[in-house]
Amino acid sequence: MEETALYPPIEPSNFDLIVIGTGLPESIIASAASAAGKTVLHLDPNPFYGSHFASLPLNDLVSFLQSQSQSQSQSQFESQPSQTSDDYASTPLVTRPLYSALEFNSYSSDPIDSSRKFNLDMAGPRVFLCSDSMINLILKTEINQYMEFKSVDACFLSDAEGKLENVPDSRSAIFKNRSLSLPEKNQLMKFFKLVQGHFGSESEEDKISEQDLESPFVEFLTKMGLSQKLKSIILYTIVLADYDQGNLKVCKDVIDTKSGINRLALYHSSIGRFSNANGAIIYPIYGQGELPQAFCRRAAVKGCIYVLRMPIVAVLMDKDGGAYKGVKLGSGQELFSSQLILAPHLTIPSTLAPAEQVTTCHDVRLSDTKEKVARGICIAKNSVNPEVANCLVFFPPRSLYPEQITSVRVLQLSGNVAVCPSGMFVTYLSAICDTAVEGKKLLSAAMDALFCMPISGNSGNSETDNLCELTEGKPCLLWSTLYIQELTTFQGAFHSINYTPMPDEHLHYNNLLDATEKLFQEIYPNEDFFPTISVSDDLQDDGGSEQDP
Amino acid sequence: MHGRPRKALTEEEHGASSLKAAKLRDLQSQVLHFHHNKIYTEEAIEISAKLLESNPEHYTGWNYRKLAVQYRLDRRSEDGVDSESIQSILDEELRVVENALKKNFKSYGAWHHRKWVLSKGHSSTDWELRLLGKFQKLDSRNFHAWNYRRFITALKKIPDEEELQYTTDMIYDNFSNYSAWHNRSVLLSNLMEKGGKRYDKENVLGEEYEFVRNALFTDPDDQSGWFYHLWLLDQTLKQEPVFLSSWPPNGSNLYLSLDGRLKGQQSLPILHFQSKARKFPLVLYFSEAVEGVSSSTVTVEYHDGDSLLWTPLSANNFGFSQAWLTYLKFPDEVPSSEARPVKVTIAHFPGITSSRGMPCSQSCHISFSVCVTSDDQEHTEVQSSHRISWKEENFKARATQSIEANLLHSFSKLEITKENKPSTPKWSMEIISTEIAHCRELLSTTNCKIGKLTLARLLMAHKTLTSYGIPDDGTEVHYEDILALYQDLMKMDPAHICFYEDDYSLVLLKQLTSNIESLLKHCDRYQESSSPSTNPYLCVRLNGLSLSRIGSTEHLLWVQMLDLSHNKLRSIEGLETLQLLSCLKLSHNRLCSFTSLEPLKKLKYLEVLDISHNEIGAHSIDTRRYLCSSPLTHAVGSDWYFQKFVDGDVKLNDHWDAYLLFKDLNLIQLEMIGNAVVDERFKAFLLKLMPELKWLDGEKCR
Repeated sequence: MEETALYPPIEPSNFDLIVIGTGLPESIIASAASAAGKTVLHLDPNPFYGSHFASLPLNDLVSFLQSQSQSQSQSQFESQPSQTSDDYASTPLVTRPLYSALEFNSYSSDPIDSSRKFNLDMAGPRVFLCSDSMINLILKTEINQYMEFKSVDACFLSDAEGKLENVPDSRSAIFKNRSLSLPEKNQLMKFFKLVQGHFGSESEEDKISEQDLESPFVEFLTKMGLSQKLKSIILYTIVLADYDQGNLKVCKDVIDTKSGINRLALYHSSIGRFSNANGAIIYPIYGQGELPQAFCRRAAVKGCIYVLRMPIVAVLMDKDGGAYKGVKLGSGQELFSSQLILAPHLTIPSTLAPAEQVTTCHDVRLSDTKEKVARGICIAKNSVNPEVANCLVFFPPRSLYPEQITSVRVLQLSGNVAVCPSGMFVTYLSAICDTAVEGKKLLSAAMDALFCMPISGNSGNSETDNLCELTEGKPCLLWSTLYIQELTTFQGAFHSINYTPMPDEHLHYNNLLDATEKLFQEIYPNEDFFPTISVSDDLQDDGGSEQDP
Repeated sequence: MHGRPRKALTEEEHGASSLKAAKLRDLQSQVLHFHHNKIYTEEAIEISAKLLESNPEHYTGWNYRKLAVQYRLDRRSEDGVDSESIQSILDEELRVVENALKKNFKSYGAWHHRKWVLSKGHSSTDWELRLLGKFQKLDSRNFHAWNYRRFITALKKIPDEEELQYTTDMIYDNFSNYSAWHNRSVLLSNLMEKGGKRYDKENVLGEEYEFVRNALFTDPDDQSGWFYHLWLLDQTLKQEPVFLSSWPPNGSNLYLSLDGRLKGQQSLPILHFQSKARKFPLVLYFSEAVEGVSSSTVTVEYHDGDSLLWTPLSANNFGFSQAWLTYLKFPDEVPSSEARPVKVTIAHFPGITSSRGMPCSQSCHISFSVCVTSDDQEHTEVQSSHRISWKEENFKARATQSIEANLLHSFSKLEITKENKPSTPKWSMEIISTEIAHCRELLSTTNCKIGKLTLARLLMAHKTLTSYGIPDDGTEVHYEDILALYQDLMKMDPAHICFYEDDYSLVLLKQLTSNIESLLKHCDRYQESSSPSTNPYLCVRLNGLSLSRIGSTEHLLWVQMLDLSHNKLRSIEGLETLQLLSCLKLSHNRLCSFTSLEPLKKLKYLEVLDISHNEIGAHSIDTRRYLCSSPLTHAVGSDWYFQKFVDGDVKLNDHWDAYLLFKDLNLIQLEMIGNAVVDERFKAFLLKLMPELKWLDGEKCR
């Protein structure tokens, strides 16, 4: 630990809200609370913004993942017993490892050598739909002035033979598509129009019946006569189902027609929302770590105080009632607030809590979900499709191997979004899984389908690189990592202490934003979540949020 | 740009717009002042720029600027050539146009001014292309921009291939773009004309059908793709005009007489023509409207010396016609039982050209013979004193056998002869069959009007190609299916029922005339029972078939008596080709004006006409009436004796169209009861107009 003398004292010492961790949900809360006129102190022990939502240089990413993984010692503070200062009971804050089964493979020294030219997302893959609620919030809060975006040029679906086919997600994409049969084109467009009619038309005739809306989406698609291929396209590339919708025994997220068509409509309204975005999907230049940072900047403008590199050693509790009072910093300074928000990797060990506290407070317990997210990052020299730089690839259930029950999502980014040196491509993969073994199997299969792996030990050997490009036509891997991230959610909280959600398994931000807004409303039931500013955001819609590609 | 609802103006906006109008009026009067007084000072030009930038539609403003630019350029050149200052004058114009277009980029005046400036040849076409790129991104369907693009690419000599790629990109972006499809058709026409392996017609059409098919399947309700498909179909069927049929028919023996009496040969089925004027018509019928039929392109080996005068038989007078008419004289030496051969050679290349510019390059021959059967001068006043009653019992069934044989004979000569077969390549049949299959597949799941119409057209195209003798590839096409499609369309799309009825009629007539057996069902011989001595008429009865227009007349050139009653005819275009027609029944149709009867004026032998129970005079507004020549055009000015017939009766002044029609007809019998226009005064007017008329509405009038 650094010397306490290095930390300047923080003034004042009393706040409405202290937020620890600068992940996306924490940053949004800090920003929303500041906007609502609360005094907020936002702390992060790390030297960077974003916590688990950060985008980091390659070396920093590796060391952060390692520091937050199970192989590391549980916490530096574990040995410290619960201390009692003059007025308060001090409970040490414990860092809970979120990552496990870390695996790094380096086939070439090139990526490591230019480590600082990378901005690698820890919680990838993740993108914006132009019309989704996060983009709306970005425009509403005007933090688009701190960010730039670029279009994701294409979406691909891996077919049964492992060939990447363009996703026919719009009228012109259907027209251009070369893999659909003519009747399929007709069916798909007809279905898109049916959904448009449902939302756009006044007449009852065009509405989808209540009964259909409640039925599983996959059944509705079958009823509408869509082919297997079209169902797969809609379910796994547009509606983004996690689990095999065709196998209800293993499917943990049966999507009903109502939410299915809602997601489809959201996707379609995203196309053409911004005149300088080609498709429905955009990605922030310099990585998704820009987003929490932008919220922090807005919070700072509204008066929130920021301190990075500040370890928080303990939570201070009222000696008698056990109620939350404040926190003790690494500098030894004690700060007080009425509310505390903790990043999901921080916990207050309940065993160390005084007995009476447990009785008076809600039990803080991790819900016992077995689900985890397997994430992977690959760096390659070439694009998975030579015609596009930034793209999404979907491997629907059963496309990689027969037992595959969840879909694997892949986002490839290029140097033109400033996440890697030009001439290299970064690819993020994720899949939801029950066990680390299953998760790694899923991602490895997807990586095998996309890349060719040089024989390890030959790293840096250009001859094998060439050989591999020539023989398979797939891009050659230079570096990769795989890791498993916990998906635990918190049930209940201490009075005045709340936890933010951790990076979820989704490709979009909607669920995270919903959970964050809910959390804000729980803490401040009488405050608006970002009250509307008088300036109309209509004008900003065009171009304001985006730079011309 | 498209599909934006118009909002009512708020009071504030009303105020702003009237303020703006006042400003504009002020600017406008200033500019007009400068214009009239030829003031071309910098200040004046600046004010005209202000006007045009806020109202680009002010044509005079643009013209003023053109004059101003010319004035300044002329002055510069007097001072000595200074390309830089010329450049700056023209650049200023481009800047004003650009601002004007930003205000309204559908302004004809502004685009035209820009073209004018560019044609001076001092400006950068690269910049123009970049500007167009911007405009076409804002509104990819703006045809002004596309038009200007064609102008610039021609100026810059950009190869058509490159522009073709541009249309591909635009169509990929959004295929609901008539302008892009249209430009594609223009470019491909050029490229196919140039030829070469890459742009061989068969390849191009095959690829384009596939390209547009993707659009049709993706969104069958979008019409732009269907229109392009229609263009492709037209290109597929496009061919040289060919000679189809004639009267007298090829290989026939024509018996001529002055009085209709045939000496000794009455029992035999023969082809006969009677004329007091000692001449008979020769009609040539082509597969499409052609021009250039004259004595230099058609040789008739019959008379020596006289060059023949050919006249087009068409409702319009644009010089193109499917049927052409001339008259041949009876043989000189009379009487003569000896047949005289007539040989006609058609289409000496070059000369006869279709309205779309395709030459009739194959020459072909027909031959027939004529002989005069009687020359008894004293019998010339025999016929036509009897009224034609159109009674059922007068249609003779007893002679069917021999008549059939006779008709068969003359009819079979109408078919296209081997050497005259159109040069349509085999692949066109393959293409049509493929398109039929795809269209049927699409319609199996999608109920789509324009798709059905296209299928009907494709099936007709298939029928046409089959009739040209191109081997069928197994696609079965029945006229019944085509007719059923049109009947469906009439139900689905009642707003366009007239359009479908017309097409339906044409298909039905094609079906009726497609073979001898079906045509024979409608053929008869008519002889008035009260006058058994006269020759029976060769009659075709097409009554009660729901026809709304006439077609397939190339098979009916020999008809003398035609019953078209109880149909839905609104127009009789096409009847002008039936030169032998002498009795015509059009009762119980939907004819609404005398103008629609104009084709009758070309029928010199028409004596009996029944237009009773139509809608003439029933509609206060007749949209077709003004298509015909009116007393206001100089074409009729010279023979305008209308006043003579009107007797100063003001009301009859309304009947100038009746005058124009009937003064050229030689009717003996007319039925017109049951039309709103008919009253006693009108009847009197007709009697005065047609001194030859013997029967009017069943009453003997002379």
